Amino acid sequence: MIRVQNLTKRYGERIAVNGISFEVQHGEILGFLGPNGAGKTTTMRIITGYMPPTEGMVEIDGFDIVEEPIEAKKRIGYLPENPPLYNDMTVESYLDFVADIKGVSRNEKRENIEFTLERCGLAEVRRRLIGNLSKGFKQRVGIAQALVNNPSVLVLDEPTIGLDPKQIIEIRHLIKSLAGERTVILSTHILPEVTMICTRVVIINEGKIVLEESLERLSGKVEGAQSILLRVSRGGEDIRDRILSIRGVVDVDEGSSGEFIVRSGDGIDIREELAKTVVESGCGLLELRPLTHTLEEVFLKVISTEGG
Amino acid sequence: MRVYTIFKKELKSYFASPIAYIVLFVFSVLSGIFFFIYLQGFVESQFDPRFQFFRERLNLNEFVIRPYFGTISVVLLLMIPIITMRLIAEERKNHTAELLFTSPLKVVHVVFGKFLASFCLFCFMLVFPLIYIVFLGIYGNPDIGPVLSGYLGLLLIGASFISVGLFSSSLTDNQIVAAVFSFGILLFFWIIGASSDPESSVLGYISIINHLDGFTKGVIELKDVVYYVSFTTFGLLLTYAALDSERWR
Repeated sequence: MIRVQNLTKRYGERIAVNGISFEVQHGEILGFLGPNGAGKTTTMRIITGYMPPTEGMVEIDGFDIVEEPIEAKKRIGYLPENPPLYNDMTVESYLDFVADIKGVSRNEKRENIEFTLERCGLAEVRRRLIGNLSKGFKQRVGIAQALVNNPSVLVLDEPTIGLDPKQIIEIRHLIKSLAGERTVILSTHILPEVTMICTRVVIINEGKIVLEESLERLSGKVEGAQSILLRVSRGGEDIRDRILSIRGVVDVDEGSSGEFIVRSGDGIDIREELAKTVVESGCGLLELRPLTHTLEEVFLKVISTEGG
Repeated sequence: MRVYTIFKKELKSYFASPIAYIVLFVFSVLSGIFFFIYLQGFVESQFDPRFQFFRERLNLNEFVIRPYFGTISVVLLLMIPIITMRLIAEERKNHTAELLFTSPLKVVHVVFGKFLASFCLFCFMLVFPLIYIVFLGIYGNPDIGPVLSGYLGLLLIGASFISVGLFSSSLTDNQIVAAVFSFGILLFFWIIGASSDPESSVLGYISIINHLDGFTKGVIELKDVVYYVSFTTFGLLLTYAALDSERWR
């Protein structure tokens, strides 16, 4: 479990992170979003104890990262923005070294290394020098490094950057399978990734949280009500009135070439009724789809309204 | 335990890169050449009629080993910044500093582990002069006491040099900058006492090289040992402070 309270980081005059608070429970995967320079990496560095906060506090499984850094850090696996790799080591000896500095006990070490090599698909390159590996493999070694101490908290800063589409899918599966027994925070630029992996989203901009929401509720969040796009081949005055007469319909906008945007009240599904009405009126139904908001739209909307 | 982990990794990476081999090779050649020069000078003076009246004062310790240790300390001044420059600067450059400082390690572990690894490589370097001196012992009869105390002096001065190099390396992510900076500091501590009396003046006492003289003569003085030990401790403390404070800024 991660508890972040009123976290603030100042670099001289500049405020990088400004009073952030959130919690991540066991088994949750939190997507940490924000434009470049929003303070994502700074926040992650503070959470992992790389740098101390100016104000506020971070608790990892109940251990304060500033007061009890050793106990807290034992429970963290961290993949920084640039994977921290020693190019002159082999994959296996590197993981061995990381396990040692993370204080993994002797009898667990062997097992953990085998497990992470297996999980991250590194078994075939275990004896190769890290410096000679491709970027995708290096990224995976970075993830393996974060897992080797079997941490209960995983902090991943853009884990799929620099991978090819196939590897991205593999890594996403890996992250998803790692949750459950762990707490995961993951920052990314790739918005569909959040939709695919995360259970909850925090969007920060200019050092402040602008949105914190579970993913299911995110779609409806911005508009509040549902909108449906409707397209017919032969429009007419009466079709508009017919639609308006359906129970739950609040408003209808008419486009130029047979498009209508139909808005309904909260929580009422009008699709079935709407389709029936249009078909019965015989004006040639071409398209009917709900206008849900993609994460991109939500993201841009929150960033621009709060930022401006 | 953690110190040992860092130490082991650091020493391995010396030998995984060409640095260790090049440093060892160059040092063995240079120390061999200097040894040859001093020995040749000594042998020639044996047959020089100008020295015939005080030939009994011509001994190996005074004319070969003592100046030889002095020269080695100069060579070390040039070579130790090379072995220390990458220690922390490279961790920064490779972003592995982030791994080290988010691990359940203390900064002290990192500083000591790295210091000991460099010191270990430095001890390997000092094996070469020892080989030459052993040969001297086989074919001549040098006094063994000053050799041992001279070696103690070299170990102490080397530790001081390494602490300066480690400190310089902790200030930057550029290895060249780290090396140049440690040259600068070491040369400063070298020349600072050049024009002053080593016994009575403050500058003479601060100078890093004046304290080696006693060791090569066979005299282990407490003030010299204290000087080098405190110099090294101070260098390590500064390194610790630099690493610890950096992330607080």
